[in-house]
Formats: sequence, C-alpha cells, structure tokens
Amino acid sequence: MLDNFMPTSAEYVRILPETILTLVGVLIMFLEAVITDDEKKSIFAPLSILGLAGALAGAIMAYGDPGPAFQNMLIVDGFATFFRVLVIGVGILAVLSSSGYLRRENSRGGEFYALILFSIVGQSIMASANELIMIFIGIEISSIASYVLAGYLRDDARNNESALKYFLLGSFATAFLLYGVAWIYGTTGSTNLTVIHRALLTGSEPVALAGVAAALIFVGFSFKISAVPFQSWAPDVYQGAPAPVTAFLSTGPKAAAFAVLLRVFMTAFGSISSSWMPLVWGVALATMTVGNFAAILQSNIKRLLAYSSIAHAGYVLVAVTANSGDGSAAAMFYLAAYALTNIGAFAVVAFVSRKGEKFVRLDDFAGLAQRQPGMAAMLTVFMLSLIGVPLTGGFFGKFYIFKAALDAHLVWLTVLGLLNSAVAAYYYLRVLVVMYFKEPGESVENIPPAGAALRIAVYASALGTVLLGIFPSWVLNFATKAAIR
Amino acid sequence: MTLLDLVLFLPLIGFFVLLLVPKDNPQASRMGALVISLGIFVASLGLLAPYWFAAPTGLQFTTNVSWIDYPPIRYHVGLDGLSLWLVLLSTLLTPIAVLVSWKSVDHRIKEFFAFLILLEFGLIGVFIALDLFLFFTFWEVSLVPMYFLIGIWGHDRRIYAAVKFFLYTMVGSMLMLTAIIYIYNKSGTFDYSEILSQIQSGRLTFDPHIQMLLFLGFFIAFAIKVPLFPLHTWLPDAHVEAPTAGSIMLASVMLKMGTYGLVRFCLPLFPGAAHASAPWVVALAICGILYGALVALVQPNMKKLVAYSSVSHLGFVVLGIFSFTQQGLDGAVYQMLNHGVSTGALFMLVGFMYERRHSLEIAAYGGVATPAPNLATVFLITTLASVGLPTLNNFIGEYLVLQGAAQANFTWVVFAALGVIFSACYMLWLYQRAFYGKASESVSHHMPDLTGREWAAIIPLVILMVWMGTFTQTFLPSITAQNAMILEQSREPQAQALKVDRAVHDTPPGSESAPVLAAEASRAR
Repeated sequence: MLDNFMPTSAEYVRILPETILTLVGVLIMFLEAVITDDEKKSIFAPLSILGLAGALAGAIMAYGDPGPAFQNMLIVDGFATFFRVLVIGVGILAVLSSSGYLRRENSRGGEFYALILFSIVGQSIMASANELIMIFIGIEISSIASYVLAGYLRDDARNNESALKYFLLGSFATAFLLYGVAWIYGTTGSTNLTVIHRALLTGSEPVALAGVAAALIFVGFSFKISAVPFQSWAPDVYQGAPAPVTAFLSTGPKAAAFAVLLRVFMTAFGSISSSWMPLVWGVALATMTVGNFAAILQSNIKRLLAYSSIAHAGYVLVAVTANSGDGSAAAMFYLAAYALTNIGAFAVVAFVSRKGEKFVRLDDFAGLAQRQPGMAAMLTVFMLSLIGVPLTGGFFGKFYIFKAALDAHLVWLTVLGLLNSAVAAYYYLRVLVVMYFKEPGESVENIPPAGAALRIAVYASALGTVLLGIFPSWVLNFATKAAIR
Repeated sequence: MTLLDLVLFLPLIGFFVLLLVPKDNPQASRMGALVISLGIFVASLGLLAPYWFAAPTGLQFTTNVSWIDYPPIRYHVGLDGLSLWLVLLSTLLTPIAVLVSWKSVDHRIKEFFAFLILLEFGLIGVFIALDLFLFFTFWEVSLVPMYFLIGIWGHDRRIYAAVKFFLYTMVGSMLMLTAIIYIYNKSGTFDYSEILSQIQSGRLTFDPHIQMLLFLGFFIAFAIKVPLFPLHTWLPDAHVEAPTAGSIMLASVMLKMGTYGLVRFCLPLFPGAAHASAPWVVALAICGILYGALVALVQPNMKKLVAYSSVSHLGFVVLGIFSFTQQGLDGAVYQMLNHGVSTGALFMLVGFMYERRHSLEIAAYGGVATPAPNLATVFLITTLASVGLPTLNNFIGEYLVLQGAAQANFTWVVFAALGVIFSACYMLWLYQRAFYGKASESVSHHMPDLTGREWAAIIPLVILMVWMGTFTQTFLPSITAQNAMILEQSREPQAQALKVDRAVHDTPPGSESAPVLAAEASRAR
C-alpha cells in the first residue's frame, strides 16, 4: 500500500525545474551570509541566470516524458511546459535588467535574486498544478516572494507603500480563492481538477453551487490578473515597486495566474461554461475599457504601463471567454508576446529613470530619440507591439485572440475590443510623441551608458517581439498543440 | 523572386542602409536616399514590360509562398492593371519627395530620409498584396513612417495632426480587421483570389445584413483614408502640418490606398452590399465634392486650400467607383493617378513658395509672377491641370467619371459638375491673388525663381500632366481591361440577367471608352 505513495523517478524529473530553482535559491541565500565583500556579490546575478538556464533545461527535459506526478497533484503537459518556459524566460530577462539597477541603487543583496527564483518556483508550480490546493500553494509561494520584491528597496517610502498594498489586497484575494476551493470541495468532494470535471459532467451536483464556487475562485484570480473590478492595486503597486520588479510582476505572475485560470475554468469548470462565460465576458470588456481609458490620463510612465497592463489582461480574458482550444492557444501566445514586450519596456524605463527613479514622468522621456536613439527605437518597438501594429508580436497576439473570439461568435466583444485597442493607440503614441517630437530636457542629458546586461535584456526582448511578429508560427504551433481544449 | 518582389523589398533594404549612414554626414543621407529611390524607380519601370504592347487582365509577377502556417497566411503579391500605375506613382514620387526635401529638411536629416523610404515600402506593399492579411499588414505599416514624418518635421501643430492622423486610420483599420477575420472564419483562407473564386462560384455566401456589415467594416476604413465626407477632418490638419514631402506622399499616394481598397476589395467581395449602398455613398461623395470645393474657396491658407481641393477631387473618384459603369470606374482610376500627379505638384509648388517666404497665407503673396516667372508658369500649368483644362490630365478623368455617372443617374452629374466649376473658381482665384498684381517689397526680394533642383523635381510631373492629358492610350487600355473584370466580378447577383439585357442597347463596356474619349477631347480642343 505504501508503495503506491512512493514517487517514481519519472515523477521527480517532472518537478526538475522547481527543484533546481529552489536549490539555487537556497544556495544564494547561503552564500549571501558567507560573502561579506561587496564586490564579490556581483556573482549572484550570473549564478541565478545559471540556475534559471538549468531550470529551463529541466522544464524541457520534463516535457520529454509528460504525465501526472504525485498522485495527480501536478501534471506535466505541453500547456504546463509552455508556461514554465515562459516564466523562467521572464525570470532571466528580469535578472538581466535588475543587476545594473540594483548596483545603481546601492542594494546588491543576494536575497533579491533568491526571491525572484522562489517566486518563479511558485509560478512554475501554478503552471503545472492539477489540484486546487497545489494552485493555492503555488500562488502563495509566488506571491509572498513578490510582496517582498515590491518593497525591496526598504528605505524608499514608495516601495514600502507598494509592498503593503500588494500584500493586503493579495491576501484578501487569496481568501476568496480559498473560500471558493472550500465550496467546490463541499460540492464535489474533491479538489482535483480532473475529478471536479468528472463530477460536474455527470450533472449530479447542483450547478448553482458549483457556479458560486467558480465565481469565488474567479474573484481570487481576478485580483492576480488585475481584472476589473479588482484592478485598483495594480497602478499603485506597479508605480511604487522598483522598475525591474514591476517588469517582473506585470509579466511572470500574471502569465502564471492566467495559466491556472485557463486550466481551472476550461477543465474543472468546462462543463458549466454557460454559467461563467457571461461573467467573464463582462469582466473582459470592463477590464479593457477601464484600463485603456484610465491610461489616457496618466502622466507617470509606470502608471501608464500599469493601466496598459490592466487593459491587456482584458484582451486575454477575451480569449478565455472564447472557451476553445484556439482561444487558449491565443491566450498563451499573447501572454508570451506581452511578457517580452512589457519586460523590455520596463527595462528601458529603468534605464531612463536613473538613481532613485527620479525620472519616471512621461515628460522625462522628451527627446530620448536624440540622445539615446537605440533605446528610443527599442521602446518604439515595444509601444508598437502594445498598440498592435503588424510585424510585432503584440499584433499577432491580438489577432489570434480576436480570431478565436469571432470563432466563438463573440462578435460584439471583438468589435468593442478592437475599438478599445484604437483608443489604446492614443496613449502609447504619447510615449512616441515625447520621445521623438519633443526637444530633449534635463532628464535625458548625460544618461550614463546602459550596462551590458540591461542592453541584452532590452535588445533580446525587442528581437523576440519582432520575431514573434514575423514568424509567429514558431510559438503558435506549439501553443496550438499544447492548448487546453 | 520576381521583379515585383525586388521593387517591394528594395525600399526596406534601403531603409536599413540609410540607418547605417553616419549621423554627421547629411549629404550622404540625401544622396543615398536619392540614389536608392531612383534605383527603385528605374527597377519599377521594368514592371511595365507586360503592359507595354498588350493589356493583360490576369495577374503578373505573382509570388505566392507560405508565410505563416496556421492560420494560413501567405506572402501573395501580384500586379494588375489597377495596381501597376499606383506602384509606379509611388516609386516616381519618392525620389521627387527626396529632391523636394533636400534643403527644406534641416534637422534629423538621416531619420527623415530613412522614414521616407520606409513609407515607400508600405505603400508599394498595399498596392500589390493579394492576401487580406498581408494587405492589412502593409496598410498599418505605412502608417508608422507617415506618423513620424508629420510629427517630427511638421509645422507648429504637428503633434496634434500626427496623432489625429494615426488614430483616425486606426479606428477604421480595427473595423476592417474584424471583417477580415470574419471572412477568414467563413472561408478558411485569407487569399484574395481564393475568396473571390469562392464568392463567384457561390461556395461562400453571406446573409445580406452580414454582407452589409462586412462591407461597412472595409468601407469605413477606406472612406477614412480617401477621405470621404464627413470623415475627412483629419486631412486638412495632416496636410497643413506635414512637411512638403509628407504632403506630397500623403496626397498623391496615401489617399489612393483608400480608393484602391474600394475598387479592389469593397466592390468584388461584397457586390450586393456595394450596390445597395451606392446611393448614399454617392450622396456623400457629391457632398464631399461640393463641400470641399466651397471650403477651399474661402481658405486663406494655401496648403489648406489644396487639402480641401483634394477632398473635392477624391469625391469624384468615389462617385466614379460607385457609378458601377465602365467609364465611371476608368475615370475614377485615372483620376486617382491624375490627382497624384497634379496635387502632388501643387503641394510641391506651395512648399517651394513657403521655403522662400515662410508663410502659407495667400495674403503674404501677390505679384509673385514678376520676380519668379518660371515658378508662376509652372504653377499656372498645374492650376489648369487641376481645374480640368482639356489636353491636361484631370480633364480626362473628370470627364469619364461624369460620363459614367450620367449613365447611372443624370441628377448626380448635375451636382457633381458644379464641383468642376467651383474648382476653377478657387484655383484661379488663388492664382490671381498670389501671382498677379504688384509685387510688394518683401515678395520681390524673397522670391528667387526655380533652382535647378526644383526644376528637376517638378518637370517630370509637368510632363506627365501633358502626357496623361493627351496620350491616354499609354495608360487607359490596361486600366480599362482590369476594370472590366472588376465590374464583371462586382455585378449584383440578382441583376445579372437584367444587365446582360441592357448591355445590348448600351455601349459595350470596356472597348469603347478610349476612342469616345479621344473624339470628345478633340472636339473640345
């Protein structure tokens, strides 16, 4: 009997990325205590990159032998692998764009990198979780590390405010999620997604109760993806947190949250989709609209990108509403494109902001094109991708999402969503306007040249954005194969 | 790899080459842009080869390879009698725009020429793309360089104008994208020829109200670009604020993206909806003709005057397209080219005057003919071309449009023809105020005559005005043959039998228009 509970070696391989990341994270915390010389602390960044690269290899290796692990708690399939690779990739870019930033802010602790790694462990578990309790654990691991990251520069008042807000509202949201989990356990007698799916499919359980559970769980996820009406934390947190952390928060945890959202709603609650689809429809539209219209009014670039991030969550929710294999593939592609674009954009923001993030107003980007043409050109690529101009990843993402939505006969949501992206063009264009059409001000004079790591992060993100725009099939084919249907 | 692919991608290569030129060497940027754009023009002349002695209706220089596997998006390009001339117009006007900007662009020179060449890439792509998705890609890509051209090198309110230009187009594009995706979901392909053959063979049908919505999705995008009254309000802003080269490219080529789209996509893909909406589209076109002309009449600003005259001229084009007659459509296409040549020339000349006097107000001029007789002469020729004097180009186009419209509904002609009269009023009045009378002190001192570079830029257009006004045989046969096919494709399904019957009594479509025209032209002479 006990033998059945002993994991096989294949099952250990299936959690290889999490294992590697945890070990490297612990190693970094250990070294942190040992290394006292400030200069030697620069090994933490390369070490965490190495760990992330190992985890990436581990994720790919795990996919070589896909299947469930640990009594169906986890499942390694194409979908999980896609999101594992995505969040680990986001981690690499985040580390690359942070190292110079931390040196600039005289805060070269190893725990920063350890926290990033732990956060990714959580996201990686979320991506492969097949069990509501595992999802909860994954979210908690990811979130607690993120709360600390948001307040990482502890002498900075804005950092503290950001961390506290994020923590309070985040915990609140998790409570909703847990309540929903309890409810569904009471209804179906299980927290396993596959079992819930089967129980709801037979129709023996009251749909109304399951619907309430779905709604509560959706509320919990809505906080994590900053969907309306639970979006209000995002602008404050994104503005207050250090720019590279914001880049990380707006991409990695969000992608992982969407992964669980897609998995839970398309497998466990797939059979009662008619009861949650109208809800998601409304939330998607409200999220796009509120995000875009609020972004128009912003003068701080981090807040602007925060509201833009809310709007983009709305677009992905359109794909969720479609509730189809194509919709799920579109969401996956979109999240990948958005992650590359957004992390690149925030890396440029981190570069321009200078010590203490003095220059984060939109006007501080005036004339950037004349002083730093390379960086301005890259930020242009990111903005065009966020607008959704063809030949960028953002455009194809939008295109696939709205194609899936039209397939699912969501004509009005499509039309309103696309008109929304025309509204969005206005505020993204403002960034181009100040960079290219305004004369340089104090903020862009004498910017010290960008460090090599940041440069790599920015150029790699831009290259990825453009490649996804010209050869989307590379990613889309895998996403289509791996999508939940 | 055909010649067409080469003509399409040379500008993209040229863009990157120009980016590599060092910033502190503006002369190298100018020369580079001129050499590249002239090279592209010369290469594009090779596209004329199949059309020189014949008027083939099929597609030439096609390339059709897979771009994205799923959904199946193909790099499918080709040339026909409709796109040929618009491609040539783009490749001709780019070197001219480079020449015009030689001195007038005095800051961030390298970027300016790079964006100008990138714009050419987008424009050529729009005219040759045969995959709806590819078309949409170029449609949007062409937006970005123009946005920068207006926003960086424009006049005082350039930012407002650039953003307005971008957003107007964007709203239309999004509706078009919805329609494109919908068609794909129905037909399983983005390929224009494939969709067309599905529609022709009846394998792909839309409910009338769905067809109308799809038609509107495309139509609004194109109508904004044309621009059709009342969606024209971005145009005067964009033109007034744009640098001269931007105005030339915008008026001469970019507006044609809209009318081209109407002919290429709206008519054949949604014949039923196109016929059903023809009355109100024509009403808007006529409104535009009269409104544009009347507003032009009272403009104190030269560039705004020319911009509103564009609204009026483009109204004729839309009228011709929605008359659904051979002559009307021929005239519309011809008028697209005419407008490209003559309005491009007008914007250029106004730009020359602005460089000398730094004012666009008509009141700042007067008596220019005395210090600058050559400029005055060229301006007069262009003015006369623009008002439709026989033997110059616009006459042919306007005449054909009016003849086609008369076949469809004579009342339309009564109103539209007023536009021709008004155009003579505002253009000649402009000419009188700016060039005649006694030159004031400041005008006579600051109005040197045309320089060699300016001659080089304007002469090709003047030659074309005369050529297109007299030797229509160079251009019309290929256009006519192509239009006959488009008309055939865009017949109203239920009215087909009726049309065949009517055709016996009417002028047979296609074959006759050119000779009729020649006779008409000689009589007028």
